[in-house]
Amino acid sequence: MALLEVREVTKKFGQLVANDRISFSVEEGSIVGLIGPNGAGKTTLFNCISGLFKPEGGQVVFDGKDITGEPPYRIARMGAVRTFQVVRPLKDMSVLENVLVGAFLRTSDRGEALTRAEECLRLCNLTAYRDRMAGDLPIGGKKRLEMARALATGPRLLMLDEVMAGLNTTELKAALDVILRLRDSGITLMVVEHVMEGIMPIADKVVVLDGGTKIAEDIPARIVRDERVIEAYLGAKYGRRLKNGTQGGSRD
Amino acid sequence: METFAQVVLDGLLSGMVYALVAAGLCLIWGVMDVINFAHGEYLMIAMYVSYWLGFLANIDPVVSVIAAGVFIFIIGALTYLLIIRYTVGKPPLAALLATFGLAMFLKNLCLNRFSPNFLILSDTWLGGKTFQLGGLIFPAPQLAAAALALIVVGLVYLLINSTRFGWAVQATAMDREAAELMGIDTERIYILIFGIGGACVGIAGGIMPSYLAVHPEVGSLFGLIAFVCVAMGGFGSIPGAFLAGLLVGVAEALAGFYIAPVFKYIAVFGLYLAVVFLRPKGIFGW
Repeated sequence: MALLEVREVTKKFGQLVANDRISFSVEEGSIVGLIGPNGAGKTTLFNCISGLFKPEGGQVVFDGKDITGEPPYRIARMGAVRTFQVVRPLKDMSVLENVLVGAFLRTSDRGEALTRAEECLRLCNLTAYRDRMAGDLPIGGKKRLEMARALATGPRLLMLDEVMAGLNTTELKAALDVILRLRDSGITLMVVEHVMEGIMPIADKVVVLDGGTKIAEDIPARIVRDERVIEAYLGAKYGRRLKNGTQGGSRD
Repeated sequence: METFAQVVLDGLLSGMVYALVAAGLCLIWGVMDVINFAHGEYLMIAMYVSYWLGFLANIDPVVSVIAAGVFIFIIGALTYLLIIRYTVGKPPLAALLATFGLAMFLKNLCLNRFSPNFLILSDTWLGGKTFQLGGLIFPAPQLAAAALALIVVGLVYLLINSTRFGWAVQATAMDREAAELMGIDTERIYILIFGIGGACVGIAGGIMPSYLAVHPEVGSLFGLIAFVCVAMGGFGSIPGAFLAGLLVGVAEALAGFYIAPVFKYIAVFGLYLAVVFLRPKGIFGW
């Protein structure tokens, strides 16, 4: 059974339909990529799932329970947690303290919360930054801190909003390692991403949005050959390069 | 020299009570960015609670202080639920005017119900008693109020800085949405913080009828002084508000004794101006 089912979700802002009857499912233990050009409605959809927005229509079903319109803290307690595209660490706290806040969701015991927080820092390669103020981290560190904090809440579904955007190659590799490590530890992941080299090799399935509607849902190998996707998102040039058999992007 | 020490002592004792009143205001500001203009009126209501319990049921303020704390906790929580909740996300002026309106309402309600007369509770346990220690005179009611204030401010500080609830409060204060996504019920935090902020001033007001007359205007001055303490200490910093409370108490006592009683508040607000001129964000405000 799917861990998360999005059924006909519609979100409007006045006349603008940001999400138009979007449906897909996320299987337990998989990595699902959610891609689309700017303004396609990816972050809006994340907000609808995590409870920050109430959709006008449709249902979000998590672990068999309808969570549509529930407040964010309840959805987080059930185990569906997200990160922000624009990183939002609690900047007047240290890195460890940030993660502790997340860890306190599942335990009120200080020692236990601390152990859990340290474990999450290790998983996200942040142990070296442990006592730095969260506001002073470089961008890659902040993005991983967002992941560590979300991870500390003990999620079953972790929704990552562009955790790879703006990272250099080394940071990108570190982020990918973390994502795969999380998947192997049994967490289901849904990843909104712009960086194609990032998401394509690791996703089990990719959902493509464009202008608020879903235009494709398939395995990555077929997504990169889907004409509507190439047209809408990748652009003609990128599409030609892929057809010639080389990987996209600027890396040699 | 002994006179000077006595004046400073008196200042410190009243300063601790200012610190407690300010700590409540500071907590609400720190977590919610709301200036509660009705804070002084909470104090006045707490004093009336304590006064009437003493007058009608012969309960001493030392005991009534618990009832006053609980009562203002409830008033604070209700203020959030019935008023402040509707101003969240609106321009900051909305909450400001709403609490100002509440202050007017409470003040005039008491004026209408209890008359503008000064009400004094006689024969309290502590009233008129003093202790002597090393040539210094400790008036018992003020000493009790100061000790209570010190304990309550200490407990609030510990609650915010070293409990699971406190972590959740800090997270909520820094970023409400991010806190929600970590499973924190921020609405509940807001209700409790308004309640706890109220309880602080409620406890201060509850003990005061041991040594101070109650009247509808009594809260205005305390509210203003609490605001000065919070601004001087650095908005949102409880240690800052505490230190500022002590400074204000001592400045008030020194000016009142060595210059003239009418100069008390000139010294207080002069000190305030000097501090915000030198450190616009307050003593602990960086």
